[in-house]
Amino acid sequence: MRALERKLFRDLWNMRAQAIAIALVMAGGVATWVISLSTIESLENSQRMFYQNYRFADVFAPLKRAPLAAIGRIWEIPGVRTAEGRVRASATLNVRGFDEPVEGLLTSIPEADNAMLNRLFLTAGRLPRAGDDSEVVISEAFAEAHRLAVGDGIDAIIRGQASRLLISGIGLSPEFVYQIRPGSLFPDHSRYATLWMLQRPLAQAAGMEGAFNDVVLQLERNADAATVIEALDTILDRWGGTGAVLREDQTSHSYLREEMEQLRAMARIVPLIFLGVAAFLLNIVIHRMVRMQRDQIAILKAFGYSNRVIATHFTGLVLLIVLLGIVPGIALGGWMGHGLANIYREFFRFPELFFRVGPPVIASAVLVTAGAALAGTWRALWGAFRAAPAEAMRAEQPHGSRRSLIERIPLFRHLDQPNRMIVRSLERQPIKALLAVTGIALAVAILVTGRFQQDTIGFMLDVQFGFAAREDVTVTFTEPAGREALNEIRALPGVIEAEPFRAVAVKLFHGHRSHRSAVQAYSPNATLHRTLDRNLEPIEVPESGLLLTDWLAEQLDVEVGQVITVEFLEGKRPRIEIPLAGIVREFVGAAAYMRLEALNGLLQESERISGVYLTADFKDRELLLDQLQRRPRVATSSLLENAVSSFNRTMGENIRIFSLVNTLLAGVVAFGVIYNTARLALSERARELASLRVLGFRRREVAWVLLGELALLTAVAIPIGFWLGYGFCGLISRAMASEFYRVPAVIHSDSYAFAAAVVLAAMLISMLAIGNRLYRLDLVAVLKTRE
Amino acid sequence: MNITHQKPPTDGAQRPIFRMHAVTKEYRVGENVIRALRGIDLTLFAGELVVFLGASGSGKSTLLNILGGLDSATSGSVRYHDLELCGADDAALTEFRRQHVGFVFQFYNLIPSLTARENVAIVTEIATNPMDPDEALALLDLGARADHFPGQLSGGEQQRVAIARAIAKQPAVLLCDEPTGALDSKTGIKVLKALEHANRALGTTTAVITHNEAIAAMADRVVRLSDGRISAISQNPRRADPETLHW
Repeated sequence: MRALERKLFRDLWNMRAQAIAIALVMAGGVATWVISLSTIESLENSQRMFYQNYRFADVFAPLKRAPLAAIGRIWEIPGVRTAEGRVRASATLNVRGFDEPVEGLLTSIPEADNAMLNRLFLTAGRLPRAGDDSEVVISEAFAEAHRLAVGDGIDAIIRGQASRLLISGIGLSPEFVYQIRPGSLFPDHSRYATLWMLQRPLAQAAGMEGAFNDVVLQLERNADAATVIEALDTILDRWGGTGAVLREDQTSHSYLREEMEQLRAMARIVPLIFLGVAAFLLNIVIHRMVRMQRDQIAILKAFGYSNRVIATHFTGLVLLIVLLGIVPGIALGGWMGHGLANIYREFFRFPELFFRVGPPVIASAVLVTAGAALAGTWRALWGAFRAAPAEAMRAEQPHGSRRSLIERIPLFRHLDQPNRMIVRSLERQPIKALLAVTGIALAVAILVTGRFQQDTIGFMLDVQFGFAAREDVTVTFTEPAGREALNEIRALPGVIEAEPFRAVAVKLFHGHRSHRSAVQAYSPNATLHRTLDRNLEPIEVPESGLLLTDWLAEQLDVEVGQVITVEFLEGKRPRIEIPLAGIVREFVGAAAYMRLEALNGLLQESERISGVYLTADFKDRELLLDQLQRRPRVATSSLLENAVSSFNRTMGENIRIFSLVNTLLAGVVAFGVIYNTARLALSERARELASLRVLGFRRREVAWVLLGELALLTAVAIPIGFWLGYGFCGLISRAMASEFYRVPAVIHSDSYAFAAAVVLAAMLISMLAIGNRLYRLDLVAVLKTRE
Repeated sequence: MNITHQKPPTDGAQRPIFRMHAVTKEYRVGENVIRALRGIDLTLFAGELVVFLGASGSGKSTLLNILGGLDSATSGSVRYHDLELCGADDAALTEFRRQHVGFVFQFYNLIPSLTARENVAIVTEIATNPMDPDEALALLDLGARADHFPGQLSGGEQQRVAIARAIAKQPAVLLCDEPTGALDSKTGIKVLKALEHANRALGTTTAVITHNEAIAAMADRVVRLSDGRISAISQNPRRADPETLHW
């Protein structure tokens, strides 16, 4: 090894503690980069393969009922490659050992073969056999939630008719990669199931013999989707079509798309923070090192080392530290990415979800990290490269010696000398102080952001289930029913309160903007299911006019008082102009709200309701659910209560893991910044501090001069970090806002306290490490050498 | 060599302040043991000005560091009045420095972020019976420079601030390690005048170590060191005025 290379390794060894602190921060950045990119890649690959191989449809159109012959006309629409009519039916399932009803969605598959579109991938068993009318394929998630296996039976009530279904297979469909009950906040695989049954028996059970009530299309490659949808809607109009949608609006697909968007946002923001902090730390450390080594550089140059060699030498040092960060970072990213992929497997059901850290991801991680490190140090490196030998030999001028503004503050004059040293030191190197504060504040912000998920979901659940949706059971009818249905429900055992609602699919227009949604209609003085205003206070649905979810109003760019065109997708499909009467704030779903009477009036129907919200006495619950299941016109009756706790079980664990990882990473950032700041301050001021010791200052008095500065920086950084963290949460909240849910920027005071505590702990650890060095300060040696 | 009972020439009380007996100091540097002091016996008296002369490596700085409580002897006894410094722990040595010793170093060791007055105040703030920082500065003719930072002062001025800092707490003993080593002769003489003045005005026992023979003339006693031992001690019949020195 050549001498210069030996110097490189020895320099690295001498700054090992700082190098490790920086490498740790860098590893955090690399890990998050690897996790996000690899996860996106594996999700995209799995999605593409599944969609392609199992022919995910392009267009989805629900309708009321059409004769089988109608499918021929749909085939004829120019641009349609494949059209498949299906029967869809909802069912209430009873799984042995589970005392709550399970909502099931049954989809038909052709007798002959697997479906043409949205084909099933079987993970176990086989497709139902023609003739065995009770056989079904159930979704894998549902099977896992209840440990159901091929050969097991499930009791089902379809249109009030009880039957026993036999599981012939367990499978996945590209249509249900993400399985969520429409309108739900999160998937609940034990209470919502998707099943597939042969066409004939399902049609029989659902009263759809010789008919279908759902169409899916595959389009030609160059087909114009809008034209096809228009043609399809025209055809389906007379059969109660509620409007065809493209893949983009399909539930599972859009959830998946949103999730990947969020991952991409994470891939952009989080590694940037880590690498930015690491670059900043490298900057101050290398800058300091070059300054300390001015004379060495000068001598090397005097002996004929070229600028290029010197620059390469210091660049090599930076790259060695980068290497120290990249290797564990990639390993950590791979390991945590596997963990994340397992979590995704829980929510996104693909035949296979291969998590792999590919060479392009590794290459990009290396490039980005090295780039950030060099960008952070180029100034220091340039200094080393540029310094002329003679100039470098001269001692550096002592920095600033003017009194400044801060000394005019009367308070300053009351400070004793050690505290004056602290204040002046901060004031003399404001950039360094500013960067240190920024670094610590970022650590605080990361910690706050890490707890955000937990806090906001808690808040959403509180608002949603404690305030807006206070019913115990939601009963939905197979089709709109009259007033007598409400009375019938009211009379059921255990029912305390019952409120009717009506939901109609609509298309909303304002200016050139439009959006598919639903109008929900409630009766006045509703107390169970309420709409909330911007301040989350209950707001009465007005006698006339429409309320819109804030998100929807934003999408349509409509303000209170302006008129919206509402196209109803049911009944006579009227198109009516309705003024916007107010804005509703809600975190889950997006809808328009009206008075029940007003809606029925507009539709020229008398007193039709789609379902009932009710509260019930718990001791009669089973009897009530049993009664509900026996009613043919009751499509589903879902219980809210346990949904929340099941969510906490599945998500809680994941959130805890993420929180822990996040806390560790942020702790590393905090420690990296604070330790490096302190370490540099120590090496810059060792002489000064030793002088104080010689003059008779006690160790703790000297420690205060150094550590007091750190404490002050940290104290300034913490509130800034809170503010930044809140800002990050706001950004995330905005980035995550979708039709399905909006995450409010809510952070509990506990989380702020936690973030501050972690950073203070990092500060204490740094102080202990530095204090130890301070303790061993060599008083004699430091007085001998000239600075 | 026993020089313990030699009388100082000053006519004041001959109270001993430091008593050193059989003091040795060894450093371990890698495989080698360096014997910096090989058995020193010496007494310093109240109010005297002693110059320690010796080439580099003679052990004079080590001796000063041990006297000042910056370093501990390997064996032997170093007593400051009744306090045994040899073997004292760091806290005790810190207290000793804090209460009784003033230091002046070759490179001044001023705190760059404090003004001249504040550099003095940093010591008076922790001393039990200090003088006013301005008084100390005035004694060294630095009244006009009190609000200047070290970076704004010349080398001589910086060293005078260091002396002001050292005497401001009214220490029992003032230890100066090559106080003129970094200065030209003209400035150096100014600094020596300041030391002489402080010694006379306050009666502070003053020890100056130097390799500069010329400075010996201003002392009451001259202690010559070589190779870790005292090679000679001489008394000057009268102290020369620093103005008359030249090198």
